[in-house]
Amino acid sequence: MKSIKTNQLYQLTLTQLLETVREPSVLFWGIVFPILISIGLGLAFTQTSESKFHIAVVEKQPTQLDSLLKISAKPTQHKGQTVQTWKVTDKTLGNTELNFLYTDWKNAIISLKRGEADVIISDSLGQICYRFDPHNSQAQLIYMKLSYLMKHPTTVASSDQGRIEPLTLKGVRYIDFLIPGLITLGILNALMWGISYAIIERRNQKLLRRMVATPMKKSNFLIAMMLVRFVMNLIEAGILFFFSWLFFGITIQGNIGALMTVLLAGNIAFAGLSVLVACRTAKTEVGQGWINAVTMPMMILSGIFFSYHNFPDLAVKAIKLLPLTALTDGVRSIFNEGAGWMDIATPTLALSAFGVLCFILGLRFFKWG
Amino acid sequence: MHQIEVKDVIKSFKDVQAVRGVSLTIEPGEFVALLGPNGAGKTTLVEMMEGLKKPDKGEILIQGKNWQKHEKELRKIIGLSLQETRFTEKLTIRETLRLFASFFKLGDDRVNEVIALTELESKEKSFVGTLSGGQRQRLALAVALLNHPEVLFLDEPTTGLDPHSRLDLWNILKGLKDQGKTTLILTTHYMEEAESLCDHIIILDEGKILREGQLHELLDENSHNLDELFINLTGKKLNEEAQIK
Ligand SMILES: Nc1ncnc2c1ncn2[C@@H]1O[C@H](COP(=O)(O)OP(=O)(O)O)[C@@H](O)[C@H]1O
Ligand SMILES: [Mg+2]
Repeated sequence: MKSIKTNQLYQLTLTQLLETVREPSVLFWGIVFPILISIGLGLAFTQTSESKFHIAVVEKQPTQLDSLLKISAKPTQHKGQTVQTWKVTDKTLGNTELNFLYTDWKNAIISLKRGEADVIISDSLGQICYRFDPHNSQAQLIYMKLSYLMKHPTTVASSDQGRIEPLTLKGVRYIDFLIPGLITLGILNALMWGISYAIIERRNQKLLRRMVATPMKKSNFLIAMMLVRFVMNLIEAGILFFFSWLFFGITIQGNIGALMTVLLAGNIAFAGLSVLVACRTAKTEVGQGWINAVTMPMMILSGIFFSYHNFPDLAVKAIKLLPLTALTDGVRSIFNEGAGWMDIATPTLALSAFGVLCFILGLRFFKWG
Repeated sequence: MHQIEVKDVIKSFKDVQAVRGVSLTIEPGEFVALLGPNGAGKTTLVEMMEGLKKPDKGEILIQGKNWQKHEKELRKIIGLSLQETRFTEKLTIRETLRLFASFFKLGDDRVNEVIALTELESKEKSFVGTLSGGQRQRLALAVALLNHPEVLFLDEPTTGLDPHSRLDLWNILKGLKDQGKTTLILTTHYMEEAESLCDHIIILDEGKILREGQLHELLDENSHNLDELFINLTGKKLNEEAQIK
């Protein structure tokens, strides 16, 4: 009996694994970096920290604002300029700090362009006039807060917050939204960079050509690569989940078997895609371009960091067809909505079919030499 | 039966005719040099013999078999090293050899043998990334020898090596020649390599065979060595070290 050591699939998998773990950057980008991102973003979005707003004031004549600021604001130093700072305390929504900088029109426009201020307040016939980009939601928020404060300057501290009920349930926090997305994004990146880049590099080094000049089975080469990445991805996702459980108390509300299944389908989808992307070129620069062209749009559109529901309806329909969207939505629904087998059947089938199709196409055009 | 038979082979790339009608035969156990300057078409020709490139026209037979129908059998009996293969830097010599051995269903016994044969014992645990040029070439040779190849192709095995490393490699190949079980086709632009190792020398330029035969058949009173012969034939120098990329 021959030992397993002479089995080519075993040797291909083993060497692939050795190569992967011997590359320290793989461990950093694959494991440490996602954890740092989740901690960073998680902290940034879960603490009700003080929100600071900057407003440029350009007035010809005194307005209601000035008398209000005289009572409520104090002069402070901000980046070498004296601003009027109005602190509004609010136990539920977090404190707000409004910084008013009196300046001229030219400088107000400059600070708007630089993003130092979001709103310009000017006056016309003794009335306050707000000027801001209506697409800037931060500016809209300032406008609403300010106009409310103008009308109810005395009720500020208490306001009518009796009607606000902060939701701190598990599954509705930003971190609950973020972690499943980071896990799926990690899978996409690991496979695209791990498989596509490795194939292209080997082709570039003529190693691929050297290997097919032996009786090696070509499919074994690709299978070994995928096996190693699947296992690494499982470990990476597990570690990320562990940390998010530890720091943020993230839990999986739905079916774990279903989660594993949809994750496997996602791995198949992106493994197929990575073989397709890497099927011809021998230039690593070209490969990098392709990998970015595939991963970047999905990273932005598929609702990893922010929901895609703010895009127009037609765009949302297209976005839902992206494999990363299907995977992320599926994983998120299991984490946060308690979804089970039935809910993930469609994305699982679609992702697997997509992966197999890409794989077949990639093999059809694959350049080994 | 000839060990290798090449009949009227032509191969072009977009705008370059790399091989323009080459025919040759190689007998079992022969050591053959394909000698020619950079761009002569040596790599293109051997890669067609190795079944890695397809000729546009013509036929190539190894032990009477063609690549289209007998690829599987032929892969088992040939060994080769490509002009520029960079083995994975993060693997050791032994790991690399084990991997390639597994393609032939061979195990550690054979790995040990080729390590000894190529004198890499002291380096077997070193990462490929840390090896010198000569050691890398010996690793490439070790990989090529794993399956006891009946036909061995080496594409510029000593290009870029210092004289000492070159001599080491020649000695390993001479040992192989003494055993007499291997047919060797090597490409080179060093006349010394052809002269000291090979009984059959084929001079190639611009995709065509200029001359071929044994060393003493090729030389005469006008050409005292292969370099002179090449200059007399083409007006060019054989070994222009300017490797412009
Ligand atoms: N893949 C290729 N695409 C285009 N031209 C090529 C390719 N490979 C070789 N050539 C050209 O064919 C000619 C012969 O090249 P080659 O066989 O590598 O020569 P040698 O090995 O003798 O240096 C050269 O002019 C080279 O530029
Ligand atoms: Mg060459």
